[in-house]
Amino acid sequence: MHEMGIANSILSGVAKELQRRPGTRAAKVGVRIGELAGVDPDALSFAFEALTLDTQFAGLGIDIEYVAPRGRCRECNHEFEIRNYEVLCPDCGSLNTERISGDELEFKYLEIEEEVAQAKCIGPSLRSG
Amino acid sequence: MNRVPMEGKVLNENARVAAELRERFCERRVLVVNLISSPGSGKTTLLEKTLEALPPASRVAVLTGDLQTENDANRLKRYGFPVKQIVTGGTCHLDARMIEKHIADWDLSRLDLLIVENVGNLVCPSSYDLGEAAKIVLLSVTEGEDKPLKYPSIFFKSELMVLTKTDLLPYVPFDAEVAIANARRVHPEMEVVKVSCLGGAGLGEWMNWLERRRQTFLSALSQPVG
Repeated sequence: MHEMGIANSILSGVAKELQRRPGTRAAKVGVRIGELAGVDPDALSFAFEALTLDTQFAGLGIDIEYVAPRGRCRECNHEFEIRNYEVLCPDCGSLNTERISGDELEFKYLEIEEEVAQAKCIGPSLRSG
Repeated sequence: MNRVPMEGKVLNENARVAAELRERFCERRVLVVNLISSPGSGKTTLLEKTLEALPPASRVAVLTGDLQTENDANRLKRYGFPVKQIVTGGTCHLDARMIEKHIADWDLSRLDLLIVENVGNLVCPSSYDLGEAAKIVLLSVTEGEDKPLKYPSIFFKSELMVLTKTDLLPYVPFDAEVAIANARRVHPEMEVVKVSCLGGAGLGEWMNWLERRRQTFLSALSQPVG
């Protein structure tokens, strides 16, 4: 279950990005994960939800783009998506192919919105009551 | 709502530790191989035969992982090489931190080869980089020929497939050539060695593979970077 650690790293990345954008809050973070990165998207979503619950990040959505690895044929130069680990070139049938991607684990985007200055409006006395 | 592009890699703690380990192994010129298979495919037996065949002065060490017991380490210690058991306590794979912890008091500069025997599991170990130079997958002839297609990720990531228990081939409906073809469907460059640890067939070829792999590892180290 290293998904928990990865979820935590994503939150750190979001926190850092928000520091550069004062007055905003994050609504959703987009990440791209290659099938070969060894990260299970469901386990990551679950870990992300568990980690954000009852924190400043509660409700922060995660959008996981789970991408198949891509290959390139050394014979005909055709680029293709590797499905079910089949590395045969779909164009010319050659097995002389190389993998060019598949273990991505990277940020894509952050959806942000203006922070509603709740804390300032409501004030501490009301919140405690 | 405003969508802003965000760049950079998400830190994967295991990948970070594994990269550190890989750097250390390269600095100390230790070839590290990670043995992965289903439970009962013969990892420990292959290791016993390997240690038995090595000259006593060989600079070799073994880390062996299991959920419980020191049984494997006890089996392997008899050959006089440094062996440590990693008891995962329920975790279904080894991770880079466990390796880091268990090699902490070993002087890596006194090693040429470190063999890691992963927990018997064809699934999860494939997701955890241990800083090794090569993953090796074992498939025994009592399993299905289609295992490379059912569990493709580990066959995709392994350099070598060791087909074990080949002495049983006359008694089981296992077509070695079909199994090899399946492995090469997911990994065309897959190297294959057929071994019978009981009869001894193929063990020489396996030992040669290890030695050759070590030479490739060392010559890659001496290449100028970039």
